[in-house]
Amino acid sequence: MELKDKLLSSFMVFEDRLNDESKHLNEIRNEAINTFQQKGFPSKKDEDWKYTSLNALLKHDYCISPQQETAVEFKEIKKYFIHDIDTYKIVFIDGKYSSFLSETTHDGIDVCLMSSALNKPKYKIIIDSYYNKAAKSDHSLTSLNTAFASEGAYIHIPKNKVVEKPIQIIHFSTGNEATLMLQPRNLIVVGENSHVQIIERHQSLTSNVVLTNSVTEVFANKRAIVDYYKIQNDNQQASLIDNTYISQKQSSHASVHTFSFGGKLVRNNLQFFQKGEHIDSTMKGITIIGDKQHVDHNTLVHHIEPNCESHQDYKGIFGDRSTGVFNGKVVVEKEAQKTNAFQANNNILVDDKATINTKPQLEIFADDVKCSHGCTIGQLDKDALFYLRSRGIPKKEAKALLMYAFANNVLESVKINAIKTRINKLIAQKLGVNLGFDL
Amino acid sequence: MLHIKNLHAGIEDKGILKGINLEVKAGEVHAIMGPNGSGKSTLSSVIAGKEEYEVTDGEIFLNGENIEELGPEERAHEGVFLSFQYPVEIPGVSVTNFVKTAINETRKAQGLEDMPASEMLKKIREKAALLEIDRKFLSRSLNEGFSGGEKKRNEIFQMAMLEPKLAILDETDSGLDIDALRIVANGVNKLRSKDNAVIVITHYQRLLDHIVPDFVHVLHDGKIVKSGTKELALELEEKGYDWIKQEATI
Repeated sequence: MELKDKLLSSFMVFEDRLNDESKHLNEIRNEAINTFQQKGFPSKKDEDWKYTSLNALLKHDYCISPQQETAVEFKEIKKYFIHDIDTYKIVFIDGKYSSFLSETTHDGIDVCLMSSALNKPKYKIIIDSYYNKAAKSDHSLTSLNTAFASEGAYIHIPKNKVVEKPIQIIHFSTGNEATLMLQPRNLIVVGENSHVQIIERHQSLTSNVVLTNSVTEVFANKRAIVDYYKIQNDNQQASLIDNTYISQKQSSHASVHTFSFGGKLVRNNLQFFQKGEHIDSTMKGITIIGDKQHVDHNTLVHHIEPNCESHQDYKGIFGDRSTGVFNGKVVVEKEAQKTNAFQANNNILVDDKATINTKPQLEIFADDVKCSHGCTIGQLDKDALFYLRSRGIPKKEAKALLMYAFANNVLESVKINAIKTRINKLIAQKLGVNLGFDL
Repeated sequence: MLHIKNLHAGIEDKGILKGINLEVKAGEVHAIMGPNGSGKSTLSSVIAGKEEYEVTDGEIFLNGENIEELGPEERAHEGVFLSFQYPVEIPGVSVTNFVKTAINETRKAQGLEDMPASEMLKKIREKAALLEIDRKFLSRSLNEGFSGGEKKRNEIFQMAMLEPKLAILDETDSGLDIDALRIVANGVNKLRSKDNAVIVITHYQRLLDHIVPDFVHVLHDGKIVKSGTKELALELEEKGYDWIKQEATI
């Protein structure tokens, strides 16, 4: 049976089990499964998927709703946490919440589980006002997630709260049920004037095949500040489709940094919607991959109202036979005068067989705006390499230093030092060097 | 120390060096002068091992060993240092970390342990003082946003840290004001000893007022067309290069 048919028939069984769910949610699910049924999985015929094929991933016979609970020892997985600073943690293993590994709270803020939020009456107002309101209802993979969504992180920060501790959302997969398909769903609602920092990671602990189709909705209310960090360094059999939707109100600031160092196939669909004036949206990324890895960044900033800014800066380093895609769309509506929109995508191809497809798309309907974009594809500068080698630094280390120099300005806007340190270590590891100092 | 025999080299089929012969002994300072395009920078790049240049004939010996097969880092490990005309910017890597890496990679190649941190720190302080470099400067990203003079001073700082046997200064005087020139020249002079040698590549006499050469060579169209002592540099300053060019074509 094809995966699509399997999912459609599983939905009926899945739906029967959800007998206490509200009528509202039930309608959302039914609408979503209908959309998925109509659209199916995207193919290369879709303009947005021209350079990324899911075909190989869809051939597996996935376990769609794993029942088995798997215990994992903290010491085995400690390294995947940012553990040198105090954080809240929402941890899942094969899609199931692990209370043992998590550190949640209801003390003034809610950092807890989507399953609770979807079922308990006390969260109903928030769920009714926000859930599935930013996610695109006509997008097939997002709809597939919406149909099956049952677990993930639920974060609600009421107004005027500065959350000091970053919140880590970590999805582990063990693949103890062989080939696994996971569909986590996160909802993050940040009240007026509140600040929050979130770190998200998907990590497979075995070499079993896993496909994650994740949806995250973030709502930044007036003057809220949301900083989101995504660390993608999964193993060779793990693939991730990340769909993140960020809806911003007046004078809010939202940033997403995506660090893509691993995984078989990673697709980041990242969309910002500016629903107010004086909004700032930032999206940055460093991609360093090799082997036959594939990373695709598909971004959208929708400038709807006047006097807003957006900043995009993606750096990519591609080795071996890896492939990268950057497709960045900026839409500036007629009303969105005085928009400042910047986009940059710079890439280095380290090997002859590596590929990058980069495509900026600007759709500007306003006439008083500043929009710039630039993309470059290059190789390492030979003069620079000679300079470093002439100081006694061997070729491999010299290349690594140059690649680091190329990518590191993306780290300047990272506000959590522990993350900077971690990313620097991952970069050094990814480049296979030990320089005797932390980059 | 350095012995160049009949060196022919070029880039992409274009011959630039057309038979260079040069011998530099330990303790000596040689100046190489010449008009633009005569091959001065090519010569320094070829000695340092830049791979884009192809040596088509002739040999380069360093301490009796033919270095043709050695990569730039291996030549550096053997004691060759090139002070670049245009040093490269490396954002995110501080001057200190860069120098530490260079020193420890060289030590590693020589089978030595990393330099102990305290010794490294002491050396950095000492050499920074010699070149009148502020400590804040050392934590800045390598060459990033440096003025022309700062870049050159930083090159000589690296030279001081690495203590090469053969230092080649490629137009180190360009972009330097009088004070910076004096500081840089003073730094180079302090590093001179009977065991090392310096090759100064320059257009002008003024650096040679401070770093006094034992020999001056004039490069023209890929060949050394005249050699002499420091008086030759003064003569060139006065008369320009045209008479040399004429002499060479006769």
